[in-house]
Amino acid sequence: MRITYPHMGNLYIVIRALLTSLGLELVLPPPTSNRTVELGVRYAPEFACFPLKLNLGNFLEARELGADTILMAGGVGPCRFGYYAQVQREILEDLGIKMEMVVLEPPDTNWGELKDKIRYLLGDRSWWELVKAIRFAWYKARAVDLVEERVLYLRPRVVQPLELENKYREILHRIDEAPDKRELDRIVKNFFNFSQRLPRKSGSFLRAGLVGEIFTVLEPFANYDLERRLGLLGVEVTRSIFLSGWINEHLFRGLLRVKGTKHAKKLAAPYLNSFVGGHGRETVGSTVDFARQDYDGVIQVAPFTCMPEIVAHSVLPAVTKDYGIPTLTFYLDEQSGEAGIQTRLEAFVDLMAARRERMRKENR
Amino acid sequence: MVTLGIPRALLFYYYYPLWRAFFTNLGVQVIVSPVTNKKILDSGLHTALDEACLPVKLFFGHVLALADRVDYLFVPRLISVEHKAYICPKFMGLPDMLRARLPHLPPIIDLPVDFHRPGPTLDDFFEAVGSIFTQDRLLIRKAFQSAHETHQQFQKLLESGLLPPEAISVFEDEEVTHRRGQDNFLKIGLLGHAYNLYDPFISMDLIGKLRKMDASVITADSLPPDLIEQRVKRLPKRLFWTLGKKMLGAALNFFENKQLDGIIYLTSFGCGPESFVGELVERWAKRRGVLPLMLLTIDEHTGEAGLVTRLEAFLEMIKRRKKNENHLSTYG
Ligand code: SF4
Repeated sequence: MRITYPHMGNLYIVIRALLTSLGLELVLPPPTSNRTVELGVRYAPEFACFPLKLNLGNFLEARELGADTILMAGGVGPCRFGYYAQVQREILEDLGIKMEMVVLEPPDTNWGELKDKIRYLLGDRSWWELVKAIRFAWYKARAVDLVEERVLYLRPRVVQPLELENKYREILHRIDEAPDKRELDRIVKNFFNFSQRLPRKSGSFLRAGLVGEIFTVLEPFANYDLERRLGLLGVEVTRSIFLSGWINEHLFRGLLRVKGTKHAKKLAAPYLNSFVGGHGRETVGSTVDFARQDYDGVIQVAPFTCMPEIVAHSVLPAVTKDYGIPTLTFYLDEQSGEAGIQTRLEAFVDLMAARRERMRKENR
Repeated sequence: MVTLGIPRALLFYYYYPLWRAFFTNLGVQVIVSPVTNKKILDSGLHTALDEACLPVKLFFGHVLALADRVDYLFVPRLISVEHKAYICPKFMGLPDMLRARLPHLPPIIDLPVDFHRPGPTLDDFFEAVGSIFTQDRLLIRKAFQSAHETHQQFQKLLESGLLPPEAISVFEDEEVTHRRGQDNFLKIGLLGHAYNLYDPFISMDLIGKLRKMDASVITADSLPPDLIEQRVKRLPKRLFWTLGKKMLGAALNFFENKQLDGIIYLTSFGCGPESFVGELVERWAKRRGVLPLMLLTIDEHTGEAGLVTRLEAFLEMIKRRKKNENHLSTYG
């Protein structure tokens, strides 16, 4: 069994830790690239969401490297993600590609289904080994998140952005390789020390919240590297979704104490009074949250035609009206185009800056 | 008399007789928005989010057409109309989308319909809705009962071959102008969401056009719900969209229907669930190779001329095919 799984930001580091601790053989797809998009777009339905297309591209590229089994998550609606695996399976079948698909999802009838799938992956390893593997993967997720949060803070501030980016990439690589928790802690500490020494600009910086559908928030390739673009434009970005928060909520049922989305869900009412699948409710709630914390603006990202985010986007004007916070929405797919995104971002940054200036004057 | 507005859009085509019976029995006057016209569509296009799908934009238009004329708007929050299945995320947030974008609406009755898990029933829902208008519990119960009966009659009419708009006319005491056309030359299986298919403006009267071109149509709505359930049970994974299930079940049924000559699938541009369901139907149709299938995707810019051309070409193709088949069979 040579397992592959789709890319979503730095998730590969976490899953790799999990699977290799279980002694499984992996074939990681090459980093998502234009070729990935081309493959995905060629074979996926035209109006499927962008993540499905990128996933499919990942699988096809991993296949070329010898992968024979796909591991992915699923769901039971209402958003399309829960049916990705089925559509992808049909596409692969029509292409004459035979790959086993293991879809981990909340079971439809009984938990035995999920257990069987995990058993299949585990082979003759014990459940205790699985627990240990999950714990190790969790530490990696935390390490990645701590570093990313720091990078988001630093990007607008450092004098030499390139140095930061290089270091960031190096650190990710080292986290990926780290064999145990001690080493992970050391790497993170080391990065924080390094970041203290980086020469910085002075002054105050604009702050923008990033909300939206999880894949487009977490995958820089899908969002056209929006966080870095904003950083270079002098904006500190705060993400509403981090890997560890998501893992905690979906895998550990919120048992651990990391920032999750519970709070945001509550804040969504009265603007959005129901869950709408995906991250729609969190998008609205987090926008309110950022507004209350006096952020300068909120950016929403979503795959083109994403239903929950369209609902969220529809109600955002009401939030803007009540709190005065500007919002900007990007629907992303293979046709979004870098230039358009850059221009719209620059205009939005100007808007945030002008608004802050105006508020400063008013408060004087 | 208190007036209540029901937009002629989205699930109107499935539930209107039920809703109307309930409210009229309570002594509430029901007002329905007019049949879609350009003005209604345009006002929807202007107010709904650009990225929303055509049916949702159209719903906005119908709400606006009622807004000044009624005391209440009936826009229940349709989270789930059956166990373990949803309609579409947009239905769940519909009342919120309306409120955020159309500030001066009359009060919206947006009580949730959520039968995803066992718990609240239709009874509870109507109980809650009824108590907005009267404290008389008995009256509410009676109204609900008669609404329930009406709904069953409606279902029967559908199964007898009437299409939803025709069945609705029966309850409105209008004349039904449908000719049962069983012996038309061509028989077409028609797939698509009710709110696209049966809205003559949105579908550019697809059904009327087909009938004029000497084809009779059968839609998912004429198939008994049990049959559909039975068909979709064969899927490797249960589908969690109520309407998607209906389409897939009907498609699987159509594939095996020896009388049919072809299938037309009407979807609206950018519809999330349909992008998957349509894809599956298309792949399966191709794999089986028994019935020609045409996918028609509409949006607010679709022109009538293009539609007619495509329809004609498709029907021509099946006619030729049919003649060839007949030809072959005489010799074979
Ligand atoms: S099912 Fe499709 S067409 Fe209907 S509201 Fe949802 S996205 Fe729009």
